Amino acid sequence: MNISQIRDQFPALQQKVYGKPLVYLDNSATTQKPEQVLQVLREMNAGINGNIHRAVHYLSVECTERYDKARKTIRDFINAASENEVIFTSGTTASLNLLAFSFGQTYVRPGDRIIITRTEHHSNIVPWQMMCQRAGALLEVWEMDQTGALDPKKLEQILDKPGDPPKLLAITHISNVLGIVNPLAEIIRIAHFYQVPVVVDGAQGIVHQKVDVQKLDADFYVFSGHKLYGPTGTGILYGKEKFLEEMVPWQGGGDMIESVSLEKGTTYAKLPLKFEAGTANFTGVAGLGAAVEFVQSLDNGTIEEHEKTITEKAIKLLQEIDGCTLYGIPGTYYGQVYDKIPVFSMSIEGAHPSDIAMMLDKMGIAARSGMLCAEPLLARLNLTSVLRASFALYNTMEELEFFVDSLKKVLKILR
Amino acid sequence: MTIPEKQQKIVEEFSFLEDWMDKYEYLIELGKNLPPLEEGSKQEKNLIKGCQSRVWLDVSREDGKLYFKADSDALITKGIISLLVHVFSGHTPVEILESNMDFIEKIGLKDHLSPTRANGLLSMIQQIRMYAFVANTEKPS
Repeated sequence: MNISQIRDQFPALQQKVYGKPLVYLDNSATTQKPEQVLQVLREMNAGINGNIHRAVHYLSVECTERYDKARKTIRDFINAASENEVIFTSGTTASLNLLAFSFGQTYVRPGDRIIITRTEHHSNIVPWQMMCQRAGALLEVWEMDQTGALDPKKLEQILDKPGDPPKLLAITHISNVLGIVNPLAEIIRIAHFYQVPVVVDGAQGIVHQKVDVQKLDADFYVFSGHKLYGPTGTGILYGKEKFLEEMVPWQGGGDMIESVSLEKGTTYAKLPLKFEAGTANFTGVAGLGAAVEFVQSLDNGTIEEHEKTITEKAIKLLQEIDGCTLYGIPGTYYGQVYDKIPVFSMSIEGAHPSDIAMMLDKMGIAARSGMLCAEPLLARLNLTSVLRASFALYNTMEELEFFVDSLKKVLKILR
Repeated sequence: MTIPEKQQKIVEEFSFLEDWMDKYEYLIELGKNLPPLEEGSKQEKNLIKGCQSRVWLDVSREDGKLYFKADSDALITKGIISLLVHVFSGHTPVEILESNMDFIEKIGLKDHLSPTRANGLLSMIQQIRMYAFVANTEKPS
């Protein structure tokens, strides 16, 4: 399939807003869903609906099969060693909160250190702050530089302090503001040298990079379904089995137990169900399975080439705009290559991002303004708001050009 | 003019603006024409934080009437602020507390005041009413 054929698979992209063709450039926030996913959701909501892992009847068995099949699809997709390592959650945020609780309860004691970076989304900051508060642990920050790059030497300085090594490093694969790909392999290598496990926020990474969790040697990798062309309210927590086995459960309830007794206490189910309390979002999970199958069916080379062309052209066009500063420029920093995905955050002299986004909206363009859930990152750049246009595999070169032309029109009015 | 009269006049002015771009361009003009708050008043205590844009609001009191000055880093927000300052400045706390905000809906800007919009505007209105409420319970200065 070429880009235009891929685009045809997404009904949401065919709509008009305010009577104008929709140009959807807020894909880092959420993506639209292909027909293949919608088909599964329709079918299951309309009839294939029975609670999983419980009953012997037809609908329950059918749903259970679809749920379990999706787990296998995800396992293959990220190359996890076992299906026990793939936990379904409601999204990246839930995965990180689960981890912060279960990992924290199991391994973190007063005085322990947890490391995050300045470039994180609030979802990969606040759960760790809460966990440190509960455990009496200390949160340390691996600072970024003005370009958004992370100096590995600074990480080594943090890891190499006297006393016990930190309990965890939590880091994003790709910042949702900067769109540059952190050199994860090198970062994980360094962390592991100091025996520090690594949690990777893959909310953006999984969408634009081929992820092999074993090759990467990430201890945890988390992502959302809705940013990967799948249904809202679905997410994945990948974790190495040795950790997941030891970790205490997060939420209690049905499906996560082996036996419940009021006299002898409760024993928990084996992985992966130990971390999946209550009725799972089985419809959503089946939809996520369909979304991943959709992504797998596409020609990787075509998508990669397309995103690269968009990225190069966008950087060129945006840098030509008078007073425009782009954040997250690809290049070599600290001896590491930082690639860029088609996510473009910028500030423009004399025009506030919120004004720009509001006017673009009325022209049919969905762009984003604000702090992008990354207040500490913006603070480091002395910003209170940025404008962001984020592209997905279905966005065209014409849309990029229309965005830039519209942006120039808006700037004429604002400045 | 009373508060309802001022509001009615704004509604009439907006009825001539046909499409969204015209409305925004008009608000941007208003925003550009609103005198910026002196740096001295742009303090933390006057700042209303929002994810989208920031708003500063300063209040003074004279002869039992409240006078507002406000600013924002975003122009469309500032344009709406200019409307609010115009509507509420120079009125007594009772007049402010008895007024309603229907005119915002009538000029099609209701979604700018939704609690989740995070542009500081709703907080600004709440702040104006809070000042009026407090002033009304105090003895006149």
